[in-house]
Amino acid sequence: MTPTTRTRWAIFSLTGPAYLWLACTIFLPLLAMLALSFLDKSPLVPKPPEFTLGNYGAFFAKDFYWSLTRWSVELGLWVTFFCLLIGYPAAYALAKRIKGRWREAIFLLIVLPFWSNALVRIFSWTMVLRSNGIVDLTVQSFFPGAPAFDLLFSYPAVIIGLVHSYLPYMILTCYIALQAIDDSLVEAGRSLGATSFTTFRRVVLPLSLPGIVSGSALIFVPVIGSFMEPRILGGTKGATLGMNIEEQFTVTANWPLGAALSFILLAIVLVIFGIIYPFLRRQGGNA
Amino acid sequence: MSEVAVTGAIKRYGQVAALDGVDLTFADGEFFGLLGPSGSGKTTLLRAIAGFIALDAGEIRVDGTDIARIPVHKRNIGMVFQNYALFPHMSVAENVAFGLDVRDVPAAEIKARVAESLDLVRLSGLEARRPRQLSGGQQQRVALARALVTRPSVLLLDEPLSALDKHLRQEMQVELRRIQRQIGITTIFVTHDQEEALTLSDRVAIFNQGRVVQAGAPRAVYERPVNRFAAGFLGEANFLEGQVTALSGGEARVALVGGGELALPQGDLAAGSAVLIALRPEKISIEPGMAVGANAVAGRITAAIFSGSSLTYRVAVGERLMIVFEQNKSRAPLTEGSEVVLRWNAADNVVVAP
Repeated sequence: MTPTTRTRWAIFSLTGPAYLWLACTIFLPLLAMLALSFLDKSPLVPKPPEFTLGNYGAFFAKDFYWSLTRWSVELGLWVTFFCLLIGYPAAYALAKRIKGRWREAIFLLIVLPFWSNALVRIFSWTMVLRSNGIVDLTVQSFFPGAPAFDLLFSYPAVIIGLVHSYLPYMILTCYIALQAIDDSLVEAGRSLGATSFTTFRRVVLPLSLPGIVSGSALIFVPVIGSFMEPRILGGTKGATLGMNIEEQFTVTANWPLGAALSFILLAIVLVIFGIIYPFLRRQGGNA
Repeated sequence: MSEVAVTGAIKRYGQVAALDGVDLTFADGEFFGLLGPSGSGKTTLLRAIAGFIALDAGEIRVDGTDIARIPVHKRNIGMVFQNYALFPHMSVAENVAFGLDVRDVPAAEIKARVAESLDLVRLSGLEARRPRQLSGGQQQRVALARALVTRPSVLLLDEPLSALDKHLRQEMQVELRRIQRQIGITTIFVTHDQEEALTLSDRVAIFNQGRVVQAGAPRAVYERPVNRFAAGFLGEANFLEGQVTALSGGEARVALVGGGELALPQGDLAAGSAVLIALRPEKISIEPGMAVGANAVAGRITAAIFSGSSLTYRVAVGERLMIVFEQNKSRAPLTEGSEVVLRWNAADNVVVAP
C-alpha cells in the first residue's frame, strides 16, 4: 500500500464508527422527521399520507405562530442576558479573586443544580413563587398587609426558572475563558497607564469574549426550544414554540405540523449560528 | 529620567518578611541589577516600585516625591515582564500603541512614536504580526518597545531574559544595554543569573532573606564580597577558616584550620581573632610539585572537569576540598590523582563576615 492510501484507510477506519454512530442517532431520525414534516396526516392514521407544504404554510399563515416564535426568541434573549449579567461577574470573581478551597466549595454550589432532576427543580420554584408560597409568606410575616407576592404563571417566573437552570453554563464557559488570561496581562495594562476599568475593557473583556459567546450559544439554543419551564412556571401566559411543538406530538397528535415547527426552530437556530460563527472564528484565531 | 530612592522598605507576608528594611538609591540613568535567590525580596521590591504591592513600612521616592499614594497607572513606569505579557488579541503595533492610546495621544503622534519605538528595538516591518507569530526574542523586543514608547521615568525589568536560550540571551543583553544607554533611562533589573547581572549593570545589589547583603559596582562586589553569602552567590569561592597568629609590617599571618598558612594585608585584623577567607577559584594557580609556604597549599586532584574554554579542578587539601579554575592554555591538563601545589597572591585573600 502507498502511504496516501494507507493514510486514507486509517482516517476512514478511525472516524468511520463515529460517523456511523452520528448517522444512526442523529442524521437518520432528523431525516425521518424532515420527511414527516411534508406529510398531510400523521402516520398513525390508517389512510395513506400525501405530500404537502401545508405544515410550513400554516406557520407563515397564522399570526399565532409568529407571535409564539417572537416570544420564544425574546425569552431566549432575556434568559441569556440575565445569565450573562449574573454569570460573568460570578465567573470573574471565581477566576480572579477567590483562591484555594473556597473556590472548590463555590464550584460545587454552582454545579449542584445539574445534579438535581429538572422537574423537581422547577416544581420547587412553584412553591417559592406562588401566592402563599415561601417568598409570599416571608414578606407577609415581616410586613403584614403588604401586597400579595405572586409571580407564578407569569413571564418573570419563566425567566427566573430558566436562568436558574442555565446559569451554570455561562459561569463555567466564562470561568474557563477568564482563567486562561494571565494576570500579568492586567498588570501590563496598568503599568502602561490604563485604569483598572480600561484594562478590563481593552484586555480582559476581549480575551474572555469566546467564553461569553459560547456560553450564550449554549443557553440561547435550548431556551428557545424549552417547554417544561414555560408550561409549569408560565402556565397559559408562557406559551412558547417549544411548548406548541410538544403539544402537536403529545396532545393533538398532529405529528407532521410538530415536525415542521421543529424544523423552523432549527432553521432559526442555524441562522443565528450563521451570524455569530464568523465572529467566533475570528476570536478563536486571535487567542 | 529620574532618581528612585527606597528607604526602610518593609513588606511582610504573614510571618515571612519579603522585604526587611531595604535602603537603596537608584541614580538617574543608572542600570541597576537586583540579584538574589528566589524568595530573597528582589521581585517584591520591583513590584513595590511598580505599585502592584504596597509597603508595610518605609517609602519609595521618585525624584523626591513619595509615590505610596500614586496608583500604578499614574506612576509613569515602563515594565517588562518575565513572560513578556503581550496582549495576544492585538497586533505588534497595537500592543506598542496601547500605552499612548490610553493617554489619549493624537493618532498621528501615536503612529510616529510607535514606528520610532519599533525602530529602536529593530522590529520595523513586523507591525501587523500577532505576538504568537513572533519568536521569543522578537516578543521580548516588542515588550521593550511597548514599555519605552510612553517615555517612562523608570524602566523595570522582571527577569526579562530568563525565557530565552543562551545565545539569544547574550544577544539581547547587548541590545538591552545599547537601548538603555541610548535613551539614558533609569533601569532596575531583577535577575537570578549572576553573570547577567555582572555584564549589564552599572551597580548591583545582592539580596538575601529580604535584606540587601551588599551593593556596589559589579567588579567591587565580585572582588570584595562582604560575607560568605555574597561571595558564594556571586561567582564561586573557596572558604578558608583560620586564626590570626601574627601581625607584622602591615601583613597578617593566618593559620588555617586543618593546616596551612596564609599571608594577607593586615587591614583591621586583630591578633588571635578567628577569620573567614574567601578565595576565588580563578585566582589560584595550580602546578605539579610539593613546595609549601604562605599562600600555597599542597593537595591531590580528585576531579578534573573539562568544559571547553576552561578546566575545573577539584583538589583535596587535607580535609578540605578546593576548587580551581584554569584557562585551557597550551599545556596538557593535569590528571586526577596527581599531587599539586596551589598558589595565590596575598591580595586575593578576602576577609569576609561569616
